[in-house]
This record gives sequence, C-alpha cells and structure tokens, in this order.
Amino acid sequence: MVKTLPKVDVVTVGVGWTGGIIAAECAKAGLKVVGLERGQKRGTSDYQQIHDEYRYAIRYDLMQDLSRETITFRNNRKMKALPMRQLGSFLLGEGLGGSGTHWNGQTFRFLPYDFQIKTMTEKKYGKNKLSTDYLIQDWGLTYDELEPYFDTFEKTTGISGDGKNKHGGKRSNPYPTPAMKTTPLLKKFEKASGKLGYSPYMMPSANLSEPYKNPDGEQINACQYCGFCERFGCEYGAKTSPEITVVPTATKTGNFEPRFHANVVEVVKKGNKVTGVKYIDTISGEEFIQPADVVVLTSYVMNNAKLLMVSNIGEMYDPTTGKGTLGRNYCYQILPGASGFFDEQYNTFMGAGALGMCFDDLNGDNFDHSDLKFIHGANVALTQTGTRPIGTNPILPDTPTWGAEFKKQSIENFTRSLGVGGQGASMPHKENYLSLDNVYKDSYGVPLLQMTYNFTDQDKALHKHISKKCGDILKEMGAKTVVVNSDLDQYNIVPYQSTHNTGGTVMSLTPEEGVVNNYLQHWDVDNLFVVGAGNFSNNSGYNPTGTVGALSYRCAEGIIKYSKKGGSLV
Amino acid sequence: MSQEGKNLSRRDFLKTTGIATGTLVGGGIIGGLIGYNTNKKSKPSNNANNTTGHDEHSGIPARMFFMSQTDFQVLSNATERIFPKDDLGAGAIDLGVPYFIDRQLAGNYGSNSREYMKGPFAVGAPTQGYQSHLNRAEIFTQGIIALEKESKKRYKKGFSDLSEKQMDEVLTAFQKDEVKIPGASSAMFFGLLRSATLEGAYSDPMYGGNKNLEGWKMKGFPGHQMAYISEIEKDEFKKYEPKSLGSI
Ligand SMILES: Cc1cc2nc3c(=O)[nH]c(=O)nc-3n(C[C@H](O)[C@H](O)[C@H](O)COP(=O)(O)OP(=O)(O)OC[C@H]3O[C@@H](n4cnc5c(N)ncnc54)[C@H](O)[C@@H]3O)c2cc1C
Ligand code: SF4
Repeated sequence: MVKTLPKVDVVTVGVGWTGGIIAAECAKAGLKVVGLERGQKRGTSDYQQIHDEYRYAIRYDLMQDLSRETITFRNNRKMKALPMRQLGSFLLGEGLGGSGTHWNGQTFRFLPYDFQIKTMTEKKYGKNKLSTDYLIQDWGLTYDELEPYFDTFEKTTGISGDGKNKHGGKRSNPYPTPAMKTTPLLKKFEKASGKLGYSPYMMPSANLSEPYKNPDGEQINACQYCGFCERFGCEYGAKTSPEITVVPTATKTGNFEPRFHANVVEVVKKGNKVTGVKYIDTISGEEFIQPADVVVLTSYVMNNAKLLMVSNIGEMYDPTTGKGTLGRNYCYQILPGASGFFDEQYNTFMGAGALGMCFDDLNGDNFDHSDLKFIHGANVALTQTGTRPIGTNPILPDTPTWGAEFKKQSIENFTRSLGVGGQGASMPHKENYLSLDNVYKDSYGVPLLQMTYNFTDQDKALHKHISKKCGDILKEMGAKTVVVNSDLDQYNIVPYQSTHNTGGTVMSLTPEEGVVNNYLQHWDVDNLFVVGAGNFSNNSGYNPTGTVGALSYRCAEGIIKYSKKGGSLV
Repeated sequence: MSQEGKNLSRRDFLKTTGIATGTLVGGGIIGGLIGYNTNKKSKPSNNANNTTGHDEHSGIPARMFFMSQTDFQVLSNATERIFPKDDLGAGAIDLGVPYFIDRQLAGNYGSNSREYMKGPFAVGAPTQGYQSHLNRAEIFTQGIIALEKESKKRYKKGFSDLSEKQMDEVLTAFQKDEVKIPGASSAMFFGLLRSATLEGAYSDPMYGGNKNLEGWKMKGFPGHQMAYISEIEKDEFKKYEPKSLGSI
C-alpha cells in the first residue's frame, strides 16, 4: 500500500550541494521544503576518526552503496552494456551533503567561452572547426548573466582565492577570503610556469584560509592542511560542505525537513504537471507519495536523468536520428598530465584538497587553436592534496608493478615525485549519451541508467597537446625524469579519473535543444526543475561545482518566482 | 623527532581553526582533541596476529576466514613475493598482511556487500571492469587453489615449496591471465591480491596489518597527524614518527 503524505511546497530529490541550496533559498523565502535523501544523516562530529585511508579512500565508505543501485556501461552502441559493479572511474555521493562532504573544494567559475561555445568557436574558426558529430551548443545563458549567482555561491562557501587569474570572466567582487598558503611546492610550479610564459594563480579553494562567517550566519573554520581531504569529510568544519552551510541555513528557518533513507523511484506526473514523487523508506520498506507543488531533481547527473526517463518525462535522445534531448551531451573530463621524479624529498603528504597553483593560458579559447585539431583546453595545475601510501606508489615506466623493484621504487618515490596535470574540457559527441538499461535493475525494481561513452578524436588531440606542456613544466621545475602521460585510448570505467560527469539533462535557449530552460525549469513541465552538472551542454577545463552552485542559485530564484506567478519563466 | 611531530599545542590549534573565536560546530572537534599531545605510544588496536614477538599478548594468531593452514601459507607466501622483505624493511608477512587479508575476506570486503552483485553475469570488455558472479572471498579461495594447482603442474610441488623465482613465475602467469580459474580470471585474482597486499602493508594498524607501523615508517608516511598548518610552508623535508588512529 502506498501512503500519501501531506502536500508541501517544494520537494527535492537528494540533499547535496544542489538540494541544499534549493532548500536554503526556498525555506528562507517561506516555502515549506522536504528534502528526500536516500543516504543517512551525517556531520562534522562524525568525522573525528576520518584519517583512515583504507576505509574512506579505498573502500569508499562515504560513497554510494552500489549493492542497491549502479549504472551500466559500454564504450559504444555495438557493445553490450554491463553493470559498473564496483566504484572506480567516478565516485558517486550518498548521504547528507552528497559528494559535497568528500569533495576537494577546488571551486572555479566556467569561462565566458563555455556558455557561448558554439557562437564563439564559429566566429573565430568558422563552421567546420569540429565535425557535426560534435553537438556543441550555447547554453542559453551567458557568463555575465550568471555572474551574480557565482558571486552568491562563493559568498556562501567563503572561497579563498587571490583573484589573479588574467583569463577569467569579470568578477563583481573579490573572493571572500584570501588565498591558501603558498607552499614551497606551489612556489616551484609558480616559478617554472611563469618562466615558460604562463600566468599562475592560486587555485580558488573551499578549504578556507581563515575562519569565515557566511551571509547566512554559518561559520566555516580555517583549514589545517591535514592531508586527508579528497574522499574524506573534514573533522574541523573547514572544508565548506552542504552540511555545515546551506543545510543548517534551511533548517533554522523551521521550513525545511530533510528525510533520510528515502529513495525516490519515480516523479509522479499528471497531465502537464508533476504532482510529487514516490519514494521508498529503505529501512521500513514502506512506499510513500510525497505530493508537492514543485518537484526539484537534485540527485546528481545520473539519477536526475534516470528519474526523468523512468517517469516518462521528455523525449529520449536517439543517436540514430539525433532526435530527442533527454540523455544527450553526456560529457566527462579529460586528464592530460605528466609526472616528474626528483632527487630531493618533498612534504607531499601534507596538503589540502584544493591547495594548488594553476593557470588558464591553455584553457578555453585563451590560446590559438587555428592549427590544432581540437577546441578548448584545460586548467593546468600542481596540487598538493596530500599523498597517502596505499594510493600513491609512483614507479618509472617499465618497472614491474609488484616485487622487490616495485617496493623499492614506490617507497623511494613516495616523497620524490610530483604531478602536473590538466582538467581537460570534454565536448559532446553524438555517440556519447545516457539512456535506460533494459536488462539490469536496482534494488527497487527500477531499470538502471545506461552510459554509452568513449573518448573522441577531439579528446585525444587535446590530451596529447596539454600533456606535453605539463611535461615541459616539470622539466623546468628540475625533475630528473619526466614521464608524460601516454596517449588516450578507450575510456575505461575501472581506474579512478574524475567525478566530473556532465550532461544528459542540458539547459538550452529553445526546447529543441535541451531538457530545461535557463531557470532549470523543465521545458514540458512547468513545476519540475532539474539542476546539476547534468545541465552543462559541454564540460569545461575545470571542476564543476562552482558552476553547479551558481546554477542552483539561479534555479532557486526560478522556483520562488514560479511559486508566486506560475507558468513558464522564459 | 617524535617530539617535533607533536608541534601543535591544543591552544594553538584552537586559535588557528578559529573555533576559539566563536561558534563550535557540534562538540566533536574538542572531543577529537582529547588525548592529543599525550605521550601514549601508538599501539595497534588488534594484536592477535603478532608474529614478530613485540607484543605481550602474542600467542597463536587467530584466523577468521582461512581454514586450511596450507591455503593460508600459499596466501602468505604470495603476498611476500608481492611485497618482499628487503634492506628497506619488513615484507608482507612480517607486516601482518596475510592476517589483514584474512579479516577482510571474512567481512564486507569479502562478501562484496557494497557492490552490485545482481545477474545476469556476462564476460565483458576489460573497460567494463569486474563482472564475476563470485565475490572476493570466493575469488581468493579459487585463486589460491589455482596457485597450488599450477605449481604442481609446473614443478610437481606445492606453491609454498617453490623457490622464489618459481613463485614469481607462477604469479606472473596469473597476472598475465594465462591460468584458468572457475568463475573468474586469474588476472582479476592477481589484481585483487596485489591491491590487498598493499592495503595490508599501508592501512592503519587497527586493521591488523602495517604491524608496528613498519609500513608507514618505511614509506615515510606520518599516518594520522592532526594538522600540518605550522609546517607546510617550510622548505625542509620533515620526518615524523608515524601515528595510528588508535593512538588518539
Ligand atoms: C572525490 C571527489 C572530489 C571532488 N572534488 C571536487 C572539487 O574539488 N571541485 C569541484 O568543483 N567538484 C568536485 N567534486 C564534484 C562535486 O562533489 C559535485 O559536483 C557536487 O557535489 C555535486 O552536487 P550535487 O548536489 O549535484 O550531487 P551530489 O552531491 O551527488 O548529491 C546528490 C544527492 O542525491 C541523493 N540521491 C541520488 N539519487 C537519489 C534518489 N533516487 N532518492 C533520494 N536521494 C537520491 C544522493 O544520495 C546524494 O546525496 C568532487 C567529487 C568527488 C567524488
Ligand atoms: S585539508 Fe583542510 S579542509 Fe581538508 S579535511 Fe583537512 S582541515 Fe579540512
């Protein structure tokens, strides 16, 4: 028996960064919000024994329990898709805060170029720079239009930065807190990259350089550089996360109720409106309908797309005809880079998730691509996130991966090797998309999301070009041996790469081009909003969350407007 | 050296976090400080498997997963080839790695309790990852049987009676996926064995490996330190006496 609960104004599916921001803004505006979160409640006091590499970084204790739900994967349409049985390539979030609990905190704004990538590329390089297999399009919102929302997200999170990036879009305000410490390693990179003509700046960081109280009155403490940051929660409350900012902000209004162990399985649609969501209490096993005036999907790229698909909302993308928008433009991140081996020992085990020095001279269209077979580029950085012994075993190429020589080299190089790497932009391709699997199901009987994805020629060319430049920097830094990343081959879902999945539910200027409009409101269903990196129609050469946060504030504004006036917001 | 590692007083710590200036999140942070700066020697929380005789509780090590002593010896010798004792320090056996793996196989790791294990099962491309219907505990069991069988086939001796060179040859054949294992591939088993060995050598001693923090000492990893804020800007390389989570 499905039990129908009392109606609320707004229901979110998931309480990570996107769900938390929507909850905070709507609750402050007087709307009653319920946040349904499949995982558990957690917070700073639960992270006091967090310096445990095995449990958190290797066994992924804070992340998605795949025994209940995963995705299926294949490289191309000819292959049979099979379940991702273990976490690997990306680490999906679960529980209060979502991935915002165990993220690094590297917080960028996408470039003005990203938002108008089609127009700007064609203007400079003509219509045939990329073949028509690449589905680049403008986002339906410019950087300048999104700027106030970037600003709000940075103030909520207290981002620490030096504002020295020459290539970024215009800023209305400086970063709320000064940049993190410039360590000897960062200085080394700064010097070498400066000498090679690049313009290094401190990576904008959500590991705060000093204590900060945000405009909602939430306190974020100062980072202690503990070296257990990426994949861990912060025991100091110094890494800005939803559970120390937007969630308490929403809660103290009295208008927000987070509900845990609540796994949403369907968005309920009636006519051209949605009426609420159906969820399962994973502890009691009971099924509920949570009616709401507005439904907001804030469950990350994968489940935002999946929930629309299983609820039959919107037209599925068909790679044969090119019709349909739902599932289209799935993109990822390309990781060019190089490793350098040094004679001296460095304190590589000290660090913080977003401690880094970087530059954008090779990002976006900040360099000439006329003679190159790709567009866009990568933010190139040296980060000092804290190396740990299970995960970091640097060896020279052609060294056996076990035995005496392996042991010797991996120990010797643990504190003697450094990496310089880029976060490469990823362009949409007609063969890379999300759909529904017709064989495999989750624990609730709902089909799994299916991913069809492979690296493209554009990706390979970008990767080669930037990897070489990373190698040059390491040489300049005085590395005894430099090993440039080998060429990109097939995408492999096993080794960790990046949790920067994007696309599938893109935003657009017209209903033909995307799933949601530029308020992240569904084109076909006025009272349904879908927000997250799924809205990106291409991925940039940066981490996504700065832009995800901005879109979430934009979305919240849309919901509040909608709750007053109704109808389409564009 | 170890004194230098404890460079941050509780008061300094409160100052730099900003906690002293106002809001305290929950009560956890202060709670987490208790015992910090005490001189208590770090001690693995589980000493049942001590084979090096440093511990007053040492007796016959207990096993939770392996029944057969022969199988356990095959496992032990295989891990030692992956992470051998040398002039840098202890190998897998002295680090307690076999006991670490034994416990892991008896728990969530062995039963794949957080992995998607629903059928149908099919052989996939390497880019699609783990597709066996066996869980890790079953793969280890089958893998160890296969190591023994392959040794007998090649050298008419059990794995544990082989020379080091012969053991390496057998293990290499597994790594290259040249040996058949029912329900899984030998390369997959080898991959699990290799990672589990490193995990045992380098995880916090509370899991039963990394005995006496020897793994971390060899590698120059300080383990659990509260903070590096007062050190991270310094040019010199800094050595620490590693600390276990169990020591806080
Ligand atoms: C290790 C790691 C490091 C990262 N570092 C960075 C970084 O440095 N910089 C950066 O910009 N980004 C980084 N990211 C990415 C960043 O964490 C994400 O972009 C961000 O957290 C996404 O927020 P979200 O709200 O869209 O999704 P999530 O944080 O994933 O939250 C979604 C929530 O929805 C819940 N949910 C999903 N499905 C359902 C359902 N059916 N029913 C109920 N609840 C559901 C989930 O349990 C989850 O809590 C990192 C990610 C990882 C994993
Ligand atoms: S490095 Fe800083 S922000 Fe990250 S977990 Fe440690 S103290 Fe927190």
